[in-house]
Amino acid sequence: MNDLADLTIGEAGRALRSGETSSVELLEAVRRRAAMTEADLHAYLTIDVEGAEAAARRADEAFAKGEDRGSLQGIPIALKDNMVTRGVETTAASQILAGWLPPYDATAVTKLHEAGAVIVGKTNLDEFAMGSSTENSAYGVSRNPWDPERVPGGSSGGSAAAVAVGSAFAALGSDTGGSIRQPASLCGVVGMKPTYGLVSRYGLIAFASSLDQIGPITRNVEDAVAVLDGIAGHDPEDATSYRGAVPDFGSRLDHGVEDLRIGVVEELSGEGIEPAVAAAFRAMLERLETAGAEITELSLPSTAYALSAYYLIAPAECSANLARFDGVRFGLRMDGGETVEEMMAATRAAGFGPEVTRRILLGTYALSAGYYDAFYGQAQKVRTLVIEDFKQAYEQADVLVTPTSPTTAFTVGERANDPLAMYLSDICNIPSNLAGDPGISVPIGVDDSGLPIGFQVLAPALAEPLLFQVAKTVEDLAGFEARPRMASSEGAA
Amino acid sequence: MPVEIDIAKVARLARLGLSEEELAAYGAQLEDILEHAARVQALPTEGVAPTAHPLPMVNAHRSDEVEPTLDREEVLTQAPDHTDGFFRVPAFLEDA
Repeated sequence: MNDLADLTIGEAGRALRSGETSSVELLEAVRRRAAMTEADLHAYLTIDVEGAEAAARRADEAFAKGEDRGSLQGIPIALKDNMVTRGVETTAASQILAGWLPPYDATAVTKLHEAGAVIVGKTNLDEFAMGSSTENSAYGVSRNPWDPERVPGGSSGGSAAAVAVGSAFAALGSDTGGSIRQPASLCGVVGMKPTYGLVSRYGLIAFASSLDQIGPITRNVEDAVAVLDGIAGHDPEDATSYRGAVPDFGSRLDHGVEDLRIGVVEELSGEGIEPAVAAAFRAMLERLETAGAEITELSLPSTAYALSAYYLIAPAECSANLARFDGVRFGLRMDGGETVEEMMAATRAAGFGPEVTRRILLGTYALSAGYYDAFYGQAQKVRTLVIEDFKQAYEQADVLVTPTSPTTAFTVGERANDPLAMYLSDICNIPSNLAGDPGISVPIGVDDSGLPIGFQVLAPALAEPLLFQVAKTVEDLAGFEARPRMASSEGAA
Repeated sequence: MPVEIDIAKVARLARLGLSEEELAAYGAQLEDILEHAARVQALPTEGVAPTAHPLPMVNAHRSDEVEPTLDREEVLTQAPDHTDGFFRVPAFLEDA
């Protein structure tokens, strides 16, 4: 492994500071990797050639002058294309935003710029982040670097694929119901959803505002800490932004798990989990126990209803959020007839893909007069019960663990015509979105087909230092070193 | 419990101009999804307060000071149609 594109952020940062490499060279390395792999993967929607080169040169000048803004300075990072970037096309993988050049940057993007990071480009996703396979993109599917016949997961599939193959050192994703953790699991990388409110949602194109959260996708846990450090913090532009002190995310990385109580969520670790995934999960539990952790099985009974509640709450919020795409202020406009209402109906029918249309209809129904109490109102009460279940669980355990995804990567097309089967992909992730708590996926092994398996750790709100502590231990115990064949020059040839 | 949906009405509320065939297809899919989602109704929730938001939060206020806004010209470059510094749309008032 001697290509710069395969370094972690930590390794690249040391090479930058010792003068062994430059930000311009790191950018060239990820660009070369993209040139080798994009025809197979389609991880990117837009590569910002000029902006990235200018940022890399600025980073190198800063290093030359002895200016150092920390671990992200000079590091090439990709953004999921639902985060707005001033003057750089932002589509959320939807036709309705084709060609849109936003007049501002998302706060997370501004923070990356301020930290001296280099934005490589915008990655593919399921349209408006609605999906679990990146097949719902209006601009074509992304594929899994471990096997291009398979999906990378979703909705942050382009981000996960880019980090796994080396066409970015790290990427930002967004997680509304598993959309960072599930693709990270399927692509063999680390994906982390922070506590709701820790990272500003300003400039994140809204899907379900009470659930959405931006977070890092990286090659290891330490890099996830570095990226989260760069993007977290209060933002007056986001009314739901957390106003307290930001935790010291990496403060417990070397603390191990001795005497920690690790709770295994029964409902999310048994039935419906593929045998290879269950076996790898159980093997890791044994190693954690050997490392000194106390493993206890516990129950979150309301999680049986969490998926149903999610598929009412998220579409309800999406139907309200996506009302803004109406052909008036930006994006597509279709000529639909005489009136503004006909124009809007024609624009929205033409601009939204099937999954987005389905969820808008579902949410509109769940919020409509006569059905509100039975569907949306009831789902919000179930959300309360899920939160109470977590509270009780955290009295018996310090962290909770589950497999990240019930299966490894599935083949392109396999679940495309069965919305319910697709929705089940995120069953282990969704409860923590409803609760607003942080979660992380760490790769621990591969199945018989050589496809990666992820291990999920969940912790209470704002307990990120503890979450990263356990995740780092899992990473060390797993010793997962495998890389997709495509990431080596022979593999891509 | 089977769910029946007036899908044409829902599409009208959502401002989605769908064809008859599309309405029929989405209607059938929604009935399937809602049958699953309706499981939430099986859980007893008497006395349970609804949660709209995961964290306890109060309203976020700021002082009433003028701050820079987006540049009007830059914003209008992205509009499908505009005139005299305003977004332009088809008529929505009679005798406009």
